[in-house]
Amino acid sequence: MGRHFTHGLISGIALAALLGSATIATPAGAATLRMAWAQDATGLDPQKQTAFSSLRLLELIYEPLVRLDATLQVVPAIADSWEFAADGLTLTFKLNPKAKFSSGVPVTSEDVKASFARILDEATAAATRANFLSISGMDTPDPTTIVFHLSQPDAPILVAMATINAAIVPAAEITAGTIGTKAIGSGPFKLDQWNPNASEALSPNADWAGGKTGVDGITISVLPDETAILASLRAGQTDFALLNDPLVATLVPDEPNLQLNRVPGLAYNVLQLNPSRKPMDNLQVRQAISCAVNRQEIIDTALVGEGKVTGPLTMPAYASDPNTLFCYTQDVEKAKQLMKDAGFADGFSATVIAATGEPPVASSEAQVLQSQLAAIGIKLDIKMMELNVYVDAWLKGDFDMAVAQNGGRPDPYPMYNRYFTKDGNLLKVSNYVDDTLDGLMQEGRKETDPAKRKEIFAKFEAHLAEMSPWVWLSTSYSYTAQLKTVHGFEPSPTGTLYSLSKVTLDN
Amino acid sequence: MNYLTQRLATFPLILLGVSVLVFVSIRLIPGDAITAMLGTEAGLLTPDQRASLAAYFGIDQPIYLQYGRWLVGLFSGDLGISVTYGRPVLAVILERFPLTLELALLSMVIALCVGIPAGVLAATRNEGPADLGIRVLAMLGQSTPSFVVGLVIIFVLSVVFGAVPPMGIFTPIYVNPLVNLSQLIFPAITLGFAFAASVTRISRSAMLDVLSDDYVRTARSKGASARSVIWRHAFPNALIPVVTLSGIEFGYLLGGAVIVEQIFALPGIGRLVLDAISQRDYALVEGCVLFIALNFLIVNLLVDLAYAALDPRIRLGGR
Repeated sequence: MGRHFTHGLISGIALAALLGSATIATPAGAATLRMAWAQDATGLDPQKQTAFSSLRLLELIYEPLVRLDATLQVVPAIADSWEFAADGLTLTFKLNPKAKFSSGVPVTSEDVKASFARILDEATAAATRANFLSISGMDTPDPTTIVFHLSQPDAPILVAMATINAAIVPAAEITAGTIGTKAIGSGPFKLDQWNPNASEALSPNADWAGGKTGVDGITISVLPDETAILASLRAGQTDFALLNDPLVATLVPDEPNLQLNRVPGLAYNVLQLNPSRKPMDNLQVRQAISCAVNRQEIIDTALVGEGKVTGPLTMPAYASDPNTLFCYTQDVEKAKQLMKDAGFADGFSATVIAATGEPPVASSEAQVLQSQLAAIGIKLDIKMMELNVYVDAWLKGDFDMAVAQNGGRPDPYPMYNRYFTKDGNLLKVSNYVDDTLDGLMQEGRKETDPAKRKEIFAKFEAHLAEMSPWVWLSTSYSYTAQLKTVHGFEPSPTGTLYSLSKVTLDN
Repeated sequence: MNYLTQRLATFPLILLGVSVLVFVSIRLIPGDAITAMLGTEAGLLTPDQRASLAAYFGIDQPIYLQYGRWLVGLFSGDLGISVTYGRPVLAVILERFPLTLELALLSMVIALCVGIPAGVLAATRNEGPADLGIRVLAMLGQSTPSFVVGLVIIFVLSVVFGAVPPMGIFTPIYVNPLVNLSQLIFPAITLGFAFAASVTRISRSAMLDVLSDDYVRTARSKGASARSVIWRHAFPNALIPVVTLSGIEFGYLLGGAVIVEQIFALPGIGRLVLDAISQRDYALVEGCVLFIALNFLIVNLLVDLAYAALDPRIRLGGR
């Protein structure tokens, strides 16, 4: 019986392997891009979604007035051109007369007006509403002209408009209440099918003003485990994939048929201190923590070398050289002295919260920080939390310290006004503001001259690093991996996949 | 009242208990549908914006009112609408269930086909090399987590064979049985590995028990062949613990194999519940858990009925 059984088992496994390989060898679809990601979109309303995958999906379907290119310059999208009035109180856009929604209906200034009215309506619950509060009125002199009247000069509003959260949706769909259920946009693709947490199918929007797309469609599969994504790429079953975990991404270059696209993102890894709690209310304690941290070591160990030391400002146009910022070179002796001066020569205990898997390196970062801060007597207790539980605690400011990865913006004002101005919506999270920070932010908001803005925000950054309410650590990379048969993808620091519209595939 | 009716009568009570537990516990976890949708950006909402979203998600009322409303819906066969899918909860669950059922059946077939012969073989060669070998393998099977087995399988397939089963988009069996099988066979092996190990161990010990019984000795002394003694006389009586174990395991598998579904990107019940919890899709969590509990109750009932069929000495209902 023993032999029969072994024999049976072996033939069973052989059959299974055969079945696997028999169906695996299906040829690649003619010119459909097969894409994979681990996290699916969570909804279809472009003005309300904030999840990374939702934004990436919706950027292929909808268009804002303007968008950011790979160098973070504002370039035309639905609008061909734009102009601020000399007093900075009106902003006028000329729309592309060829722009059409996928329903075949032209995009007019009335759609733009209705879209922004929807964002500003509190009942919509658009999180980005906060960026558009300076809009006091809108005029539509003709179908291709829209004039925004501003209550005060607001230079960053143009960049705020360059996100998919400010997408232009059809006025008729707003009236019908179908935004979020039907995805009708003016972007390169239209959504044919969406099975949440499983798959999406996109086909080209024949009415797209940008012309013909490079592929006949995109199918997106949700493969929750990034190791499985890598396996699928390796087996040639997936053409293009988003990766989040640096440990997986660093394996891609070892594969001869794969290419890794790596671009420094605007998001930043940070150790948030809570200055409303003792002893983090003490400037010297916060500075001691900043001095005790070795940022490069955190990158080398927790991020397997995948990251760059950063100050508060992550956008290349504004970022200062981190070495010019307060205590960016580890100085344990100075840290110990600061602790002693603050009356904490023997250190103290604190809890640091971190979210499981978000980012994937959060727990390793917390562990390295734990060992580095132990050198100056700070005993960190690491508390890992499910993402939603973490977000809840974070929003309430209910933590001593938090390891976080916060999103960046191409402009310093929308990036930090929520945390470090006197009326910031997230002041409860940062628990820190002073007159210098608030003053510099307001100055930067009104200033339209780029050189002067840069000077203002450099002062802001230096002051923020010195006050150390948070300890900024690193920017990480955003990754996409692709087969070498995919051509023309241009990665962007914003993470957008918009250039998939021009991607082509080898047959 | 006969046994079956008695058991069926307890179902609604158990399900009601389960529903209250789930309803309360999912709402006790910090974070809600709004933070699940917006993440940290939820902090930018004004109180009015928040209220409008809370009304949309149906979490603007006190918890007992929410539960009452849900319960009224339940009696009219309405489990509510999933906010993630924008469709009735029951429809979403029924769409995912065939995959889970198929995977559970396939794993069970693998487990029984491998586990029972291996267990019986080990018992008949008690303390011999075959027995030791099988016991070591069974121990390994039970102690290796399924994510390790799953990842090793994927790694071997993609690195050694350069091919993996089509992942992400699931093909139902009626569309293309071959592709369907290729998508499910490796997850089923992953699950079946641990399942087979338990079946092996339990059938081995049950067989050892039975083989030392008097009637087996009698059968042997009457000159029955070794094959007939094992399979005709001893085996049927060793089946009861195997059926119990398989029933419980099968019941678990019908609740979805979260980790294996996650690794092999299978849209089954396990992933549905996991995603529903992380997206705080309350109606869907509630619906799924009720559905899983009902499955478990039915499987348990079938196991109990199977006892009576396997062993005429067992009378159900305590009489």
